[in-house]
Amino acid sequence: MEATQATPVKYDMEVVRWFTIAAAIYAVVGTLIGVYIASELAFPFLNFDLEWITFGRLRPLHTNAVIFAFGGCVLMATGFYMVQRTGATKLWSNGLAWFTFWGWNLIIVSAVVTLPLGLTTGKEYAELEWPIDIAIAVVWLAFGLNHIMTVAIRKTSHIYVSNWFTMGMIVMITYLHVVNSLAIPVSLTNSFSVFTGVQDAMVQWWWGHNAVGFYLTGGFLGIMYYFVPKQTQRPVFSYRLSVLHFWALTFGYVWLGAHHLQYTALPDWTGSLGAAVSLAMIIPSWGGAMNGMMTLSGAWDKLRTDYILRFLVVALAFYAMSTFEGPVMSIKSVNALSHYTDWTVGHVHSGALGWMAMVAYGAMYHMVKKLWGVEKMYSEGLVNVHFWLATIGTVVYVVAMWVSGIMQGLMWRDYDEYGTLTYTFVESVSAMHPYYAMRAVGGLIFNLGAWIALYNIVMTVRQASALRAPGAVPAKA
Amino acid sequence: MSDHDKIYSTKFQDKIERSTVLMFVVTAIAVAIGGIVEIVPLFYLPNTAMCSSALAGSDATCNNTQHKMPDGTVISMDKIVWNPATSAHKTIDEWQPGDGVRPYKALELAGRNVYIREGCFLCHSQMIRPFRDEKDRYGHYSIAEESMYDHTYQWGSKRTGPDLARVGGKYSDEWHIRHLNYPREVVPESVMPNYFWLAQKPVNVEETVQTMKVLTIMPFNPIPKTIYTDAYIDGAAAQLEGKTDMEALVAYLQSMGNHIKFEEGVNYRD
Repeated sequence: MEATQATPVKYDMEVVRWFTIAAAIYAVVGTLIGVYIASELAFPFLNFDLEWITFGRLRPLHTNAVIFAFGGCVLMATGFYMVQRTGATKLWSNGLAWFTFWGWNLIIVSAVVTLPLGLTTGKEYAELEWPIDIAIAVVWLAFGLNHIMTVAIRKTSHIYVSNWFTMGMIVMITYLHVVNSLAIPVSLTNSFSVFTGVQDAMVQWWWGHNAVGFYLTGGFLGIMYYFVPKQTQRPVFSYRLSVLHFWALTFGYVWLGAHHLQYTALPDWTGSLGAAVSLAMIIPSWGGAMNGMMTLSGAWDKLRTDYILRFLVVALAFYAMSTFEGPVMSIKSVNALSHYTDWTVGHVHSGALGWMAMVAYGAMYHMVKKLWGVEKMYSEGLVNVHFWLATIGTVVYVVAMWVSGIMQGLMWRDYDEYGTLTYTFVESVSAMHPYYAMRAVGGLIFNLGAWIALYNIVMTVRQASALRAPGAVPAKA
Repeated sequence: MSDHDKIYSTKFQDKIERSTVLMFVVTAIAVAIGGIVEIVPLFYLPNTAMCSSALAGSDATCNNTQHKMPDGTVISMDKIVWNPATSAHKTIDEWQPGDGVRPYKALELAGRNVYIREGCFLCHSQMIRPFRDEKDRYGHYSIAEESMYDHTYQWGSKRTGPDLARVGGKYSDEWHIRHLNYPREVVPESVMPNYFWLAQKPVNVEETVQTMKVLTIMPFNPIPKTIYTDAYIDGAAAQLEGKTDMEALVAYLQSMGNHIKFEEGVNYRD
């Protein structure tokens, strides 16, 4: 970064470049594992009688790879990128940022090794064992400290809205990770939660839903609030709406976890409270989605030519859709049908593929051009191909899961004229087969897009490096 | 007045946006409230199977939980949580189904470790909801006490396969072994992986014994020392010797769901 700069501020962008490339790679790996385990459910011979690749061992690897490897690298790349540019300052500590990069990747590697070996806590979305949990806490705090201190040394008067969301994520994920991971080890590779039954379930879904709320939603909303205005070259539609959006989500999202436990042994009031707040969350969520969408007002024509903008806008559409679907599913009478079915899986993926991955790719393409100082991607056409693969793949996946989920729910509760259950459980399993195959195809289409993105990004970087000595990159504010 | 001094929202919001410390503190408070309201009461309410004696660090059996019928009748807990002090059956080996919820025996506990290791909870729930179809399919709805000794709960969130909360005693050991070995030999439409290789793995004796010890020192709902006595833990290794992961897993599955004898017409969901 010693080379000539277009602006007086010399940003620390090398670590952002590495996080961006890592994210593009992990997106390919994470969705590929997803396609494989989806195929295992459609064609169980694919388990190949190898314990390390059975569905039960690989599924946590899929979720960890997409959430923490892909999602985490995107959040850290954009987090470090936005906090510098919105504050017109370098990072508080470039060294700590590099520690974060290597630490986070080491954690990912350890997940790749331990999860297929069956080393798991048995807590959904928090499967990694206690030594890795400690490492996560250390690296996460290093990221958080660096981000918050960089906000503190900013040269601008106000903290930009993106950084509010990132800060909210940093604080909340710290709370969640620490409390949910409280366990007593029995060995270096095994431990048991200090909580049991009802308490463990509530803590787990407080973690589970807020990892969605603050990491996959809040963190990525921070991305949206920076990259949508940047890409459209227009200011955020409404500042007041963004204030409302932030505080309503920050205060409100925390309450939602209990809706995962409707009709369980959890006391009824807790689930009802979770559902009530879930419904209320539609208002700020849609307000935020509108805020992003309306940022394009007067510039809608850009969607015809700007493929990166397409990612961001479709992401907002999926965000609006998922934040409506989720509250509906939290209503007790709907949840009675949807819970335990594939509908939940479909809902998660409309959020993870449609919202999170789409907004991530929009931001990554935007950043790649800025970080490597090029006007265009290696192939703008491939960005468009990727966009359509990602959109179609997501829709195929989600539709398959809607159909299979609702069908499961209806089959399980169906009674014949004699008052006995119409279907055995396994009849519902065999009815799922075509949809499980369709889901794997949808995932595969999405995965192809991720390969194309990786290729396009690598070629863009190579082209840029060929044009000038590495490291000599103008950073335009 | 320069642009930077203009306040676009409220004075307080403007103040927060200008101060890193204030932004951090207000956010940290805002995100804490919902969790506190929803989680903390679960450690004190009588119907969440949390033993207050455990919070005090006592060895007493965890049976001071309580359920109330809608008409106010208190349901006796004697037969819901097994208490060797008041039960006719004094040790875990003497325990009979219907005596109330008990911790796992050594082999079952080893099986539970296998269940967690293989990620069974990703496809099988252990939480029956109070619906007619679930009663007909799986049995009586689950209550809080039934997972009160489950450090790292296994309720699950997805039924790619059926619920297992009351699978104990439904099938023979032989059926389970055949089914776990090659599921599609028994249920042709199944999508479960083959687990025949579990029969080749010896039980991890040391880890299971260590697990028992750790479970007695848990801060919440520890297993009472009157149940996991020193003698029982000392004898566990001998019970586990020569057993395989397959035998352990089957023992675990067979232990599930028959601890409480549910009475007709009693409402356990208060």
